[in-house]
Amino acid sequence: MSSSIESLVNKEYQYGFVTDVESDTIAPGLTEDTVRLISSKKDEPEWLLEWRLKAFRRWQAMTEPHWSNLKYEPIDYQAQRYYSAPKSITPLQSLDQVDPELLRAYDKLGISLSEQKHLAGVAVDAIFDSVSVGTTMKAELSKYGVVFCSFTEAVHNHPELIKKYLGSVVPYSDNFFAALNSAVFSDGSFCYVPKGVRCPIELSTYFRINAANTGQFERTLIVADEGAYVSYLEGCTAPKRDTHQLHAAVVELVALDNATVKYSTVQNWYAGDKDGVGGIYNFVTKRGKAHTNSKISWTQVETGSAITWKYPSVILQGDNSTGEFYSVAVVNNMQQADTGTKMIHIGKNTKSTIISKGISAGKGQNSYRGRVKMLPKASGSRNYTQCDSMLIGNQCGAHTFPYIEVANNSSTTEHEASTSKIGEDQIFYCKQRGLSAEHAISLIVSGFCREVFKELPMEFALEAQQLLGITLEGSVG
Amino acid sequence: MSSSTEAYEQAFGALRASGGTGWLPALRREAMDRFSALGFPTTRNEDWHFTSVTPIAEKVFKIAPTRTGPATLSPADITALVIGDPDWHRLVFVNGRFEASLSAFAGLPAEVRVTTLAEALKESPEFVAEHLGKLASGEGQTFTAFNTAFAQDGVVIHVPGGEVVEAPVHIVHIADSHAAGVGIHPRLLVVVEPLAQITIVESYACAGPMSGGYLTNAVAEIEIGNGARVDHYKIQRESTDAFHVGTTQVRQGRDSMYHSFSYAAGAAISRTNVYTQLAGENAEARLNGLYLIDGAQHADHQTFVEHLAPACASRELYKGILDGGSHGVFNGKVYVDPIAQKTDGKQTNHALLLSDHARIDTKPQLEIFADDVKCTHGATVGRLDEGALFYMKSRGLGAENARALLTYAFAAEVLETIEVDALREGLEALAFARFTQSELR
Repeated sequence: MSSSIESLVNKEYQYGFVTDVESDTIAPGLTEDTVRLISSKKDEPEWLLEWRLKAFRRWQAMTEPHWSNLKYEPIDYQAQRYYSAPKSITPLQSLDQVDPELLRAYDKLGISLSEQKHLAGVAVDAIFDSVSVGTTMKAELSKYGVVFCSFTEAVHNHPELIKKYLGSVVPYSDNFFAALNSAVFSDGSFCYVPKGVRCPIELSTYFRINAANTGQFERTLIVADEGAYVSYLEGCTAPKRDTHQLHAAVVELVALDNATVKYSTVQNWYAGDKDGVGGIYNFVTKRGKAHTNSKISWTQVETGSAITWKYPSVILQGDNSTGEFYSVAVVNNMQQADTGTKMIHIGKNTKSTIISKGISAGKGQNSYRGRVKMLPKASGSRNYTQCDSMLIGNQCGAHTFPYIEVANNSSTTEHEASTSKIGEDQIFYCKQRGLSAEHAISLIVSGFCREVFKELPMEFALEAQQLLGITLEGSVG
Repeated sequence: MSSSTEAYEQAFGALRASGGTGWLPALRREAMDRFSALGFPTTRNEDWHFTSVTPIAEKVFKIAPTRTGPATLSPADITALVIGDPDWHRLVFVNGRFEASLSAFAGLPAEVRVTTLAEALKESPEFVAEHLGKLASGEGQTFTAFNTAFAQDGVVIHVPGGEVVEAPVHIVHIADSHAAGVGIHPRLLVVVEPLAQITIVESYACAGPMSGGYLTNAVAEIEIGNGARVDHYKIQRESTDAFHVGTTQVRQGRDSMYHSFSYAAGAAISRTNVYTQLAGENAEARLNGLYLIDGAQHADHQTFVEHLAPACASRELYKGILDGGSHGVFNGKVYVDPIAQKTDGKQTNHALLLSDHARIDTKPQLEIFADDVKCTHGATVGRLDEGALFYMKSRGLGAENARALLTYAFAAEVLETIEVDALREGLEALAFARFTQSELR
């Protein structure tokens, strides 16, 4: 490894700063009282508290799953803090009232919340620890009848929608981490696009963990009514800390008949240092339910987190529905990722596409885990899966665990996987054409990930490419 | 401990009562303890996720009886029951017991030793002690431990360095009407020293009408020395109400070659495990298989290729044709150790569903810890290609014939990898007859 590249390995995590705000943080520990306390802090209606408590009791009866290809120290759920909010935030405030310190934090992250700067046409909901700081472009969106606000706000203003769809895709009993989230979820984003409306701008949520020893448990619910279209982006960062922080989110997508939901994520939680100290433990349940003729598309670029456990899935319930999963997962240093998707084909003539690109560098371990299931009645269905791995260096690992389950004979599934390395000769070729080693790697890697990046909205695609460059800097020499 | 393992514990006590002391009773005792402790796998066990062995676990299979009367089968009957050449070196077992009168393997080179396990234990116990249960230790493997505890007989093959055995050694296992309710645990131990070569054919078949199922639980251990080559064919055509579990555990030295072919068409539930360790540089493994199932049959194949040394190659092609309400499972795992640079691994698995009620679960797995490797896997599931059918119809073939021909062609691709002519031709004829209801000319 050349010394110039080596110096880049130790490059600071750009988003590792801490914002100094006074926080209202609850004591560590998780009991029924914690759940009641969170609910009361959010001034929630009785039915939601009941739902949380049911989830909590269910969670207590469950055990943490260990089937994944991940190795980590046991998590002490009683040592975590389950709620932390900047004191300056009062629920349901408008953006003008937001503490300037918080706005500066978002400016520093490159996300400006001041409305006038949003010429790019993106509405942002900014979540800071357990609460939403504010949502931009609300007025513009309400002209179209699009509801886009924090989850807490939605519980108060649109209880009928929340009651109808909360837990309809990921029930609280779904899995250990989903149950935990259902019990203690703090905030998140809610979006509803009415019938026949094409949401004119991109919606996005920016998640920021700031407080120490605090987990983030956000919950996002997106409903596209019949014939609607929405594209949603999600970004995440956290400060550098030398303890692991827990992040257990749930995302539910509902695409009613003829609707389209496109969900893109650039996940850049703090990944820990090169010895694996610190970093976020990311245990996320993401799932969409696709009704007749609808389409749900997941695109993810996973570069951060010490541990990633994440399987954005689609239940293809309606006939002719489509599910897509495009993923780039990068692990460097001591990072571990176990990610993939589930495509459950229930309706007739349903289609799914899975493109997964895994890049392993340093001592990183990257696993693709996917399930394609064609039920007996899903006649005429189709799946195409491609999962490619790239290894950089000889101390990392790449693993694939695909499950293909087909129970009818009119469906077709195809699965391909390959593993290759980024070669000295490829880099040499680029270098003799006048590119630096870093540029060469960046070029080869972006070529490898091209199929996924082209699915991202433009601004995100650029950000994702730069992010990849940073994550992998110094991994070849 | 479940009631069936308790019953097996008693049966073990009775069978091995006069076992005495020494390495063999100790090995068996250890295996019995392991079997009892593990119990039969459930579908919660990841390796058995898609295969329920409940029908096997809830029965207690008896120890195979020794034949009392005269042999009911003649050598000609055996030839009719199996595919292959009657001139090959042949060892025949009926219900797990060796039948000398049906066997003929005298023409082997003098240095090459092919004997029954019982004979080998008398003649060269040190050799058996050195190798038996070493590769297939039964660790975490219920059925392997079950076999080690109850194996009555089997075959031991030892090919010294540089010896080339021309004609295949054919090991025939026949279950006849006395096999109902019986558990048969054949054991095969093969040690091939450097630069030697041998072809082994294992055939499992049943004779006559069956009045109830039986269990065949076979274990093979194959050690392949540097530069040596083993071709191993396993032809499983058990009775359709029998259960078959077969585990082959191989370890390969430098520059060696292991070629395995598995054909599975019989049994109500069958499970075929082929595990090979590429332990020396530049070794090669070729694992191929074909399964043809129908009705309520369940066929599960699991392969595990461990690349433990640099520059090894593995090639895998498994195909399945599923009709009726049958259920196929394929789980192929390729592991590449950090030191196994320059690995070249390829795995392919295709399933053809002829019926809308057939079901297939496949899980091709890669676990790669080295960077300078080329590994791919591909899996497809589907029915016959409409385009190909149309093409054939446009050439004047009827729909039925077109289907039959394409189905046969699907199977033929993997049958073509068989290098033993008599075997390939026999299986091709069988497949052709099955799909076209006519004879191959």
